[in-house]
Amino acid sequence: MDFSIIFSNLDIYFEGLKNTLLLVSTSLAIGLIFAIPLAVLRTSNNFFISGTIGVYVYCFRGTPLLIQMFIIYYGMGQFELIKNSFLWVFFKEAYFCALFAFSLNSCAYTIEIIRGAIKNTPHGEVEAAKAAGMSRLLRFRRIILPSAFRRALPSYSNEIIFMLQGSSLASVITIVDITGAARIVNSRFYSPYEAFLTAAIFYMAITFIILWLIKKLEFKWFAHLR
Amino acid sequence: MLNLQGYGSSILQGTILTIELCLASLVIAMFLGIVTALAKLSSNRILTISATAYTTIIRSVPDLVLMLLVFFGGQIFINQLGPMVGYNEYIDINPFVAGVSTIGFIFGAYMAETFRGAILAVPGGQLEAGAAYGMSRSKVFHRILFPQMVRHAIPGFGNNWLVLMKTTALVSIIGLNDMVRMASFAAGATRMPFTFYLVVAIIYLILTSISILILNWLNKKYSAGFIKD
Repeated sequence: MDFSIIFSNLDIYFEGLKNTLLLVSTSLAIGLIFAIPLAVLRTSNNFFISGTIGVYVYCFRGTPLLIQMFIIYYGMGQFELIKNSFLWVFFKEAYFCALFAFSLNSCAYTIEIIRGAIKNTPHGEVEAAKAAGMSRLLRFRRIILPSAFRRALPSYSNEIIFMLQGSSLASVITIVDITGAARIVNSRFYSPYEAFLTAAIFYMAITFIILWLIKKLEFKWFAHLR
Repeated sequence: MLNLQGYGSSILQGTILTIELCLASLVIAMFLGIVTALAKLSSNRILTISATAYTTIIRSVPDLVLMLLVFFGGQIFINQLGPMVGYNEYIDINPFVAGVSTIGFIFGAYMAETFRGAILAVPGGQLEAGAAYGMSRSKVFHRILFPQMVRHAIPGFGNNWLVLMKTTALVSIIGLNDMVRMASFAAGATRMPFTFYLVVAIIYLILTSISILILNWLNKKYSAGFIKD
């Protein structure tokens, strides 16, 4: 182990750290924003709406994130229609493509998590809300969603970790995230141990910080159950 | 519908390699998973600590980083190790071996957690009863513990298997000719990346769908005789 390689390249790693955190937080945020209404619609009785969302979720959960990213990054260039439109400004950027793929993927997983939580709402609570004369919308806002979020938190924390690890794929399409930084260091010095072990430590540190934050959040959200 | 321009057979070859890779890594992962789960539950402090360290570290580092570490680092490591045991020729790591061992090693950690939970779900009294009958520890394991833990392990095992299958797409990055890499060759030659990656996505979707069907059947089979709650 040659620690000087690590220390002299720390700035690349911190640049990578910034990109990783930005990619992960943005795609998780976009995924969550779309996932909440879509998860509610997924539970609707309209077969067409819930079926369409179901197919979307099934396809994105059933294929590797890497392939989804490749289809978006490499695949969109196959269509002259997209290449000649204003959309090409976005799709030619690796960063946008990674973000787009991650958001779609995260959204699919989050829909499934929230749907499961909604489905497990105790019947009594819903019936009580109905008996109190609440409309469907009010029921979702006041009764179903708040308790569903609480139930979804443990699985959603898995999704956050999953997204953090998945974001390392961005390095495959030239983005300098933490893994990308490690690949640069490795190719420059041919020192795989130093390069990748440093990246591993960065990821471990982020994972532990996230888990600690979630523990604190659970402590707060589950205060009434203590 | 999809014109593969004659690349269909090479994608099919890649698919076969992907399936081989999945199954080979599954065997390693199951073996490591069982051993680690037993180590975690043993009364030996050193075993528990090392097993916990293994599962915690592996689960907090991305698969891709571990794979690159094993692929690039393992190459150097083996060639440093070679001369020490008196082998002086350059050893080239086979990417298939690197891929299988890395994926097996990663999912061993996930399987360990699943199996640990499954073992804990079997009532301890039954194991004690087995011991009281004079069964050896291995006999208790294969007669009492194992048949019952299978039922509890299937849902977690199924999840791990589905994630494992999707992770195999990464081996294309370390130069293994799986279907993703075959598709990228084809995409480069024909300038039809969308078509080829879509085909790969569809194949993955078919593989996951078949797996889900089999897992549901297994789950039903092993839950026979238990009341659904």
